[in-house]
Amino acid sequence: MYEILKNEVLGSNIYLFEVKAARIAAKAEAGQFVIIRLHETAERIPLTIADYSREKGTITIIFQAVGASTRELAEYEAGQKILDLVGPLGVPSEIENYGTVVCIGGGVGIAPIYPIARALKEAGNRVISIIGARSRDLLFWKEKMAAVSDELLIATDDGSEGRKGFVTDVLKDLLEKEKIERVWAIGPMVMMKAVANTTRPFAVKTIVSLNPIMVDGTGMCGACRVAVGKETKFACVDGPEFDGHEVDFDLAMKRLAIFKDEEQRILAKGQCGGGCGCH
Amino acid sequence: MSLRKSRVEMPAQDPKERVKNFKEVALGYTSEMAREEASRCLNCKNPLCKKGCPVEVDIPEFISALKEDDPARAAKILKNKNNLPAICGRVCPQENQCEMHCILGKKGEPVAIGRLERFVADWEREQVNLKPEKVETINKKVAIIGSGPAGLTAAADLAKLGYQVTIFEALHVPGGVLMYGIPEFRLPKEVVQQEINYIKKLGVDIQVNFVVGKTATIADLLEEGYDAVFIGTGAGLPNFMNLPGENLNGIYSANEFLTRTNLMKAYLFPQYATPIKIGKKVAVIGAGNVAMDAARTALRLGAEESYIVYRRSAEEMPARHEEVEHAREEGVQFLFLTSPVAYKGDEKGHVRAMTCQKFALGDPDESGRRKPVAIPGSEFDMEVDTVVVAIGQGPNPLVPRTTPGLILTKKGNIQADEETGATSLPNVFAGGDIVTGAATVILAMGAGKKAARAIHRYLQGIEK
Ligand SMILES: Cc1cc2nc3c(=O)[nH]c(=O)nc-3n(C[C@H](O)[C@H](O)[C@H](O)COP(=O)(O)OP(=O)(O)OC[C@H]3O[C@@H](n4cnc5c(N)ncnc54)[C@H](O)[C@@H]3O)c2cc1C
Ligand SMILES: Cc1cc2nc3c(=O)[nH]c(=O)nc-3n(C[C@H](O)[C@H](O)[C@H](O)COP(=O)(O)OP(=O)(O)OC[C@H]3O[C@@H](n4cnc5c(N)ncnc54)[C@H](O)[C@@H]3O)c2cc1C
Ligand code: SF4
Ligand code: SF4
Ligand code: FES
Ligand SMILES: [Mg+2]
Repeated sequence: MYEILKNEVLGSNIYLFEVKAARIAAKAEAGQFVIIRLHETAERIPLTIADYSREKGTITIIFQAVGASTRELAEYEAGQKILDLVGPLGVPSEIENYGTVVCIGGGVGIAPIYPIARALKEAGNRVISIIGARSRDLLFWKEKMAAVSDELLIATDDGSEGRKGFVTDVLKDLLEKEKIERVWAIGPMVMMKAVANTTRPFAVKTIVSLNPIMVDGTGMCGACRVAVGKETKFACVDGPEFDGHEVDFDLAMKRLAIFKDEEQRILAKGQCGGGCGCH
Repeated sequence: MSLRKSRVEMPAQDPKERVKNFKEVALGYTSEMAREEASRCLNCKNPLCKKGCPVEVDIPEFISALKEDDPARAAKILKNKNNLPAICGRVCPQENQCEMHCILGKKGEPVAIGRLERFVADWEREQVNLKPEKVETINKKVAIIGSGPAGLTAAADLAKLGYQVTIFEALHVPGGVLMYGIPEFRLPKEVVQQEINYIKKLGVDIQVNFVVGKTATIADLLEEGYDAVFIGTGAGLPNFMNLPGENLNGIYSANEFLTRTNLMKAYLFPQYATPIKIGKKVAVIGAGNVAMDAARTALRLGAEESYIVYRRSAEEMPARHEEVEHAREEGVQFLFLTSPVAYKGDEKGHVRAMTCQKFALGDPDESGRRKPVAIPGSEFDMEVDTVVVAIGQGPNPLVPRTTPGLILTKKGNIQADEETGATSLPNVFAGGDIVTGAATVILAMGAGKKAARAIHRYLQGIEK
């Protein structure tokens, strides 16, 4: 059992949890994730390790309550316990001193980009970060991001904060203006695809963190397979980070939608309490 | 006394009924049936049957106790050697193990050792629940990686010797393939957990949610004070065929299909939150035990048609005869000398059809089976909306990758001595599917047993 120490609302439907997990905190690196299972009848869901404290033996997860499991998680309060938590999974980000790098976090993707930006900064890079969301109430961790970036740029779709537009608009300007060695982008699949398309003409290596559907997270089931270049990879053990110019995003997006009907069904069950007898 | 030539049949659920539920298919002997079957055993002075049992069960002894209507004594004898008898009694390929050697098999049917084993184990679990005897503790710690049959057996045997044993398991429950792979209707998960509880009572500590190679490495564990390590991580890496369209939705590895269903209980969705999508027409690629399990599971999940699609012919099928029969009875259909070459999907990226090729049997290959040869121009399309790829599993690389100095075979399995499980590292032993490639429960258990013995010798400073 893993105790929740903190449950904080970061924005509309976005939550931050700090969880006691000393063994995971001891090994966690930027780019890695955990899988949680809330209770006996729950499903296993992956969440990125947005931060960790080796001293306190805690990890931080940030998630958006989008469906049945994440909404259920959001109801958990400090002091309550999660039944299963396993990690740190996945291959850590490749951190080196590249020179000038750009870290892009879109929506809840701001959380996983943070430890990467911090590690890149610590490795001596000049870090330019771009964070974006639909509107300002979905933005979070501005100060934390600013603290690990040489420059922090913001974009919102509705212009409620920072530049009105997409993170790719900001990125394009940067690419035209100066020499960028590497780009990291984490966010919705469409955003990562757009970022990869933006950097491609500039031939700037672009790392994206894929979030396919997972079950075990240890390479055992193949649910998380993604097409990268000509190969099929298992994102949980070969990734989750891949070269964005090689990823087949359209396939990845279709694969994310496989259980749409079932997800609607279980969500409906949660809302009516299941007493209706309709499912 | 006139001996019956044939064994006592075991009752089973009617095929028409059982395809609608996940309850156990084979129902087990009653006491009368068990006594009658036990009475067939000749109690041989030189029991050949024992040679076929990798965990050295004292077969005539436990059967004699049954004959004398003393199931409690039978259970004691059985559990002395076999830590997982209710599991073995259900899924051990007895016909190739103990029963193959039984003297009665020369003229008629061998004694149904497996069924008797199951009877005794079930009786014990339901009636008495044996408590393990206290042993003197040895102040040495052993780490076991993986809680499949290999790891569980090594752990139990070492605990019986007095060692302090911790099992590290990646998933949230122990049991390995017994929990995530083999379906509920062949091996109820409750039975598995009860046998594992017995192993816990022996003093074995089980840490779930612990991925060795990620949560900690073998070097970390040794540093934390473990004196020896046993690796029993299995063959958990699903193979695909790398065909065009193989990543379409609706195409699962057998591991994913079975894990969702068994481990995560997707057949109880939405009461259990893990979804599974099953179509009307399911094709399972391959014809081993795993394929049979997938094809039978598909019917229970509500598929209208379930096909085994196999490159070779009926004779070469690697699945146990009994499993094939059960599948047939339940309505699984077989498409031999056929294999997919590509998959076609709809605009949403869901599989809709599979282009297949027909094969003919040519000369025998290195496995001694006749080699399938593709017939040019024989391609045809078969409509399907769910595909399960069950063409085998490889070794999971997480532990090897993070354990410098561990020597592997060409296929990526861990190189280990067949008799001791000794690897290229002095205090690290290995056994089960991670060493042999995908094999059987009882072979994994046998390897666990041998390794436990070798670890004991090593830790007593006798030899490696
Ligand atoms: C490596 C990785 C890291 C992730 N990190 C984060 C994070 O830090 N914060 C965050 O908010 N989200 C993260 N996600 C996504 C998160 O796992 C899903 O949002 C969550 O599983 C949705 O579950 P649900 O039951 O609430 O919603 P559902 O309604 O069941 O699903 C909503 C959508 O989430 C996706 N999804 C569903 N089940 C899974 C699953 N088992 N695995 C992956 N995706 C699934 C599907 O696209 C689905 O349509 C990450 C995913 C991966 C693979
Ligand atoms: C669907 C199916 C049906 C089968 N049916 C039969 C049958 O009827 N009869 C039969 O005899 N055999 C059957 N088999 C084969 C049999 O189950 C295996 O041969 C046997 O389970 C192998 O045992 P093992 O202990 O070596 O590994 P496994 O049972 O595979 O267990 C390995 C365990 O190690 C864990 N693990 C892996 N990596 C790590 C890590 N890095 N850290 C921590 N833990 C880790 C895994 O999660 C798993 O729990 C079947 C197999 C399948 C898949
Ligand atoms: S464990 Fe298997 S081989 Fe050994 S006696 Fe039992 S059924 Fe036979
Ligand atoms: S060989 Fe057959 S008859 Fe003889 S002891 Fe073994 S089970 Fe009994
Ligand atoms: S989640 Fe199962 S292999 Fe990646
Ligand atoms: Mg869900």
